[in-house]
Amino acid sequence: MPAVQETIDQVRSIDVDQYKYGFETLIESDLAPKGLNEDIIRFISAKKEEPEWMTQWRLKAFERWKSMEEPTWARVNYPKIDFQDLHYYAAPKNQTGPKSLDEVDPELLRTYEKLGIPLREQEILAGVRKQGEPSTLDENPSDNVYSSGRVAVDAVFDSVSVVTTFKKELAKAGVIFCSISEAIREHPELVQKYLGSVVPVSDNFYATLNSAVFTDGSFVYVPKGVRCPMELSTYFRINEKNTGQFERTLIIADEGAYVSYLEGCTAPQRDENQLHAAVVELIALDDAEIKYSTVQNWYPGDSQGKGGIYNFVTKRGDCRGRNSKISWTQVETGSAITWKYPSCILRGDNSRGEFYSIAVSNGHQQIDSGTKMLHLGKNTSSRIISKGISAGNSQNTYRGQVSAHRKAANARNFTQCDSLLIGNDCGAHTVPYIEAKNATAQFEHEATTSKISEDQLFYVMQRGIPEEEAIALIVNGFVKDVIQELPMEFAVEAQKLIGISLEGSVG
Amino acid sequence: MLEIKNLHARIAEDGTEIIRGLNLSVKAGEVAAIMGPNGSGKSTLSYILAGREDYEVTEGDILFNGQSILEMDPAERAATGIFLAFQYPMEIPGVATMEFLKTAINAQRKARGEEELKIPDLLKRVRSAADELEMDMNMLKRPLNVGFSGGEKKRAEILQMKLLEPKLCMLDETDSGLDIDALKIVADGVNALRSPDRAVVVITHYQRLLDYIVPDTVHVLYRGQIIKSGSKDLALDLEKNGYAGVIGEAA
Repeated sequence: MPAVQETIDQVRSIDVDQYKYGFETLIESDLAPKGLNEDIIRFISAKKEEPEWMTQWRLKAFERWKSMEEPTWARVNYPKIDFQDLHYYAAPKNQTGPKSLDEVDPELLRTYEKLGIPLREQEILAGVRKQGEPSTLDENPSDNVYSSGRVAVDAVFDSVSVVTTFKKELAKAGVIFCSISEAIREHPELVQKYLGSVVPVSDNFYATLNSAVFTDGSFVYVPKGVRCPMELSTYFRINEKNTGQFERTLIIADEGAYVSYLEGCTAPQRDENQLHAAVVELIALDDAEIKYSTVQNWYPGDSQGKGGIYNFVTKRGDCRGRNSKISWTQVETGSAITWKYPSCILRGDNSRGEFYSIAVSNGHQQIDSGTKMLHLGKNTSSRIISKGISAGNSQNTYRGQVSAHRKAANARNFTQCDSLLIGNDCGAHTVPYIEAKNATAQFEHEATTSKISEDQLFYVMQRGIPEEEAIALIVNGFVKDVIQELPMEFAVEAQKLIGISLEGSVG
Repeated sequence: MLEIKNLHARIAEDGTEIIRGLNLSVKAGEVAAIMGPNGSGKSTLSYILAGREDYEVTEGDILFNGQSILEMDPAERAATGIFLAFQYPMEIPGVATMEFLKTAINAQRKARGEEELKIPDLLKRVRSAADELEMDMNMLKRPLNVGFSGGEKKRAEILQMKLLEPKLCMLDETDSGLDIDALKIVADGVNALRSPDRAVVVITHYQRLLDYIVPDTVHVLYRGQIIKSGSKDLALDLEKNGYAGVIGEAA
């Protein structure tokens, strides 16, 4: 399998403290002064040219937030965040919103080039190559999933979306794919109807903060009966120092619609911690399906635990309609601290929620992640497959809740949580909450914790496979059922990332 | 080919000495059987030869083709041509057998400075080896050893051995858990590998396997030493009279 080989090559080529995406782009920024108050919120709202209702919505959230306390129940430790010491808005200069590629600052394009992923799309945009043709960037075009892949990209740099590709082609199918800022201006009726309808403004400390100060993210609307003709994706990049990125994403699949959405995240290597507090809301109406995949590779901090992103994220999907389906797939390798529980509210009868997760922690990373499956409707079903891999001095916690409401007749859930430990100084924890108020509910929970055993490693090495390669092989085998759920474009990238993240985990 | 000189080795964790001054030499083209009662150190010897880190060599040396291999890790030893067919092969969840074979073959080729094997070549080789062992190609899509029966695991070991073409084949209790038909297939597989430039070391408790893989020499291992060596007749004698006589003689 080429991906395994790539994992190994990557592992070899990278030093312990080397984070591939750790570079900084020297680009002039339009930066709001540090601190958080009503004026800053009005400033953000004005920068985004938002209507008054949006400004009021933000201000209400801010009022609410001031009376809230930071949650402490997660199994993570970090010094108290000074919310007045952050910039809440940073935008590359001369950049007010999405434009055509020609108008984008070349320095910015170079940044995305270095990030490697959306570039082939930019080639298409720049007219260098037509869609479907192999890219000259690819040495071996037939092996490369991007060469023929069609992925529409929204790129978010600090607080603004800088470019969205394939918009016209998507519009032909009736699909709206744009930055949330643009959606607030252009599609207020949809935004007003759905924003905050899954994650209420007062949901939790970080979600409320996000509601007050969110800057950019993606908006997707797939109309009735439409199968979105291509994968949609957003790349998030935090560049500016001492900046919080408050991403807000809203995806609506109307009756019978289908969409697959991918998100990728990176940040420069810095000694200070950076904050990423996102809110993602998904709404699936009758017979609709949303597949949401994340490859999260925020800077995790150095081997001593200095720096890195605090990733405090609220992601929730609402299976609002009958027979609707929402599926979350995530590969989490980055961030100093991850606090994230992509969840499904199974409201519609016969709706289905899925959660597939790979969480890799190394160094001093702390992950507290999992999901909630809330069964409200009849005959709802859910499936949770979580694979945690801990190495170094990291702590990796799965926290999950499965509940059946009184009326949720025949609710079914299957949960499988597997943890793999590499080395002796890391920890894996599983904290499941299971609650059934309806006697017909059937919930199954399986959990395993294992170490890559000396026996296994010896066996694989005895066949001539060197140690690092042997570990990559065993780990890739361990996460296989989740990798299979990822869209092809991300599966290879995810395998590479896992390899890089575990670099230096064996002594 | 293999030269073990006054080898002393102990369990790294608690210092228990298992191998106590063992001498053994196996020539290219030779099939040597190592026999002995339970707990005499047979499996440990195979692990030490393959480079398992749980054991510490405190004295003596192991030469393979004239070179000491003590400083090499298991993967390096494998790349020089040492193969161990395990008594209890490990399960590798999520890794298809075919993928494992490809990774192992190419890792060894790479270590020897050879090109990676092209997929069609690989498939051809695997298919022909699997046919000889009467293994279904569909089985190779399954994760290695996961849910395999005892017999399937042993066949999979021999399949790997055939494909990796080692210079020294060690078989640790390969007959355990095999019915007579499977035993014949496995033995045929091993016999097909016999060649003037390859040595085979068969570790076994019973004579049964040696009816099918007929050894050139037989060595009795007891308390970490070779206490008696002889021809294949020695195995027959042990089968008839047990180990007590030989042990008494040595003491």
